[in-house]
Amino acid sequence: MGECSVRKVDVSEVMQAIKKLAMNTTANVPKGAIAALEGAYSREESPVGKEVIKQILENHRIAREDNVPACQDTGVAMVFLEIGQNVVFTGGDLYEAINEGVRQGYVEGYLRKSIVTDPLFERVNTRDNTPAVIYTDIVPGSSVKIMFAAKGGGAENMSGLAMLAPAAGVEGVKRFVIEQVKKAGPNPCPPIVVGVGIGGTFDRVALLAKRAVLRDVGTVNPHPEYARLEKELLEEINKLGIGPQGFGGRTTALAVNIEWAPCHIASLPVACNLNCHAGSHDSIVL
Amino acid sequence: MAVIRISTPMTDEVAESLKAGDNVLISGTLYTARDAAHKRLVELIREGKDLPMDIKGQIIYYVGPAPAKPGQAIGSAGPTTSYRMDPYAPILIEHGLKGMIGKGSRSQSVIDAMVKYKAVYFAAIGGAGALLAKSIKASEIVAYEDLGPEAIRKLTVEDFPAVVVNDTFGNDLYEQGVREYRIE
Repeated sequence: MGECSVRKVDVSEVMQAIKKLAMNTTANVPKGAIAALEGAYSREESPVGKEVIKQILENHRIAREDNVPACQDTGVAMVFLEIGQNVVFTGGDLYEAINEGVRQGYVEGYLRKSIVTDPLFERVNTRDNTPAVIYTDIVPGSSVKIMFAAKGGGAENMSGLAMLAPAAGVEGVKRFVIEQVKKAGPNPCPPIVVGVGIGGTFDRVALLAKRAVLRDVGTVNPHPEYARLEKELLEEINKLGIGPQGFGGRTTALAVNIEWAPCHIASLPVACNLNCHAGSHDSIVL
Repeated sequence: MAVIRISTPMTDEVAESLKAGDNVLISGTLYTARDAAHKRLVELIREGKDLPMDIKGQIIYYVGPAPAKPGQAIGSAGPTTSYRMDPYAPILIEHGLKGMIGKGSRSQSVIDAMVKYKAVYFAAIGGAGALLAKSIKASEIVAYEDLGPEAIRKLTVEDFPAVVVNDTFGNDLYEQGVREYRIE
């Protein structure tokens, strides 16, 4: 590879991009989720459920128009970087720049700061929502894609993971996911988005579920069998009767998204990560 | 849909008049408290000390609001999940707390305390923080400023919308709703 193919990216550009994403993402519930909520509103049979969806749509409109967070829980700042392998970062520490973007975005954007220093003993609020949770992938090319998600705690707490035996198969995976949603009941603010990871290892399956839950509502897994499983799971989840906010109804989930990966001959890992109807994410390409 | 207007402080009579599934509009004062504030309140009660606010007849709203933008009384302010306050709620109910606003199911010990001491659990719409903030007219920190979004705030509300989930008779809207709409 010649020297001319190297692209220098100053980390201050990353910082500014993260700041902008943090300041704008939580006020703008993605279009796919809004469209799914509108569809659910016309289909919902429960009068209470219908009223809830109406108010949720009204909330998301206010958030967008007034540029305020749709939900007060502006989450853990999650940052996914796809870094072109020709990129060299200059001007400082990349992770420090990311956290500086989160710090400035959450403070100047009037977003809630929800991170505590350590999980068990002090639990002191860091007051600027840092540190972010950061994932990086190295990809071909010379660009940097930054995906930002503000992941709320309520739905995150209702997530789960199981190391199934391969014999459990499709039915085992379905049972696990449906049981997880049933157990969560009204807690994760239904209508929810259900992210399912299948395969990989103990650690990887959780990240697959996270990536699945952050995939746009309305997108479908490109693999036809997984796409069919997404559809079947959504239908079965919406038979549970939990409904909008758990008050009873037909709309428990807006979407089931699956991401999968190869796995060991002995394993069938499955993970389920939930998000609420207000879950938001956005991306910038540098 | 019929709506019942109630105000704080709430009497036993008002608490007993509410049924699971009722839509209410609450006016008056709400106190905010989440996990960390509840832990401190219960420690004070166990030590026999005074609480930073009088909870008799009052309603606690489980919320950690977003900061107010200039010109706003409060930032987005929807409910947080209530089960995390379950270990602390019964002792507060025993000491006079009449209502709680949050989202999600409560434990049997909280439901039992609500029946015994005539208290009500309401749900507000989770994830509708921008809409709910519109009915909050004023907000001031009463205690535990060091907790940031988890500080105890006194909110002045007008027609704050909520739904009765658990009434003083042991009914549960979540169970009723699922029973009605579940397809076997």
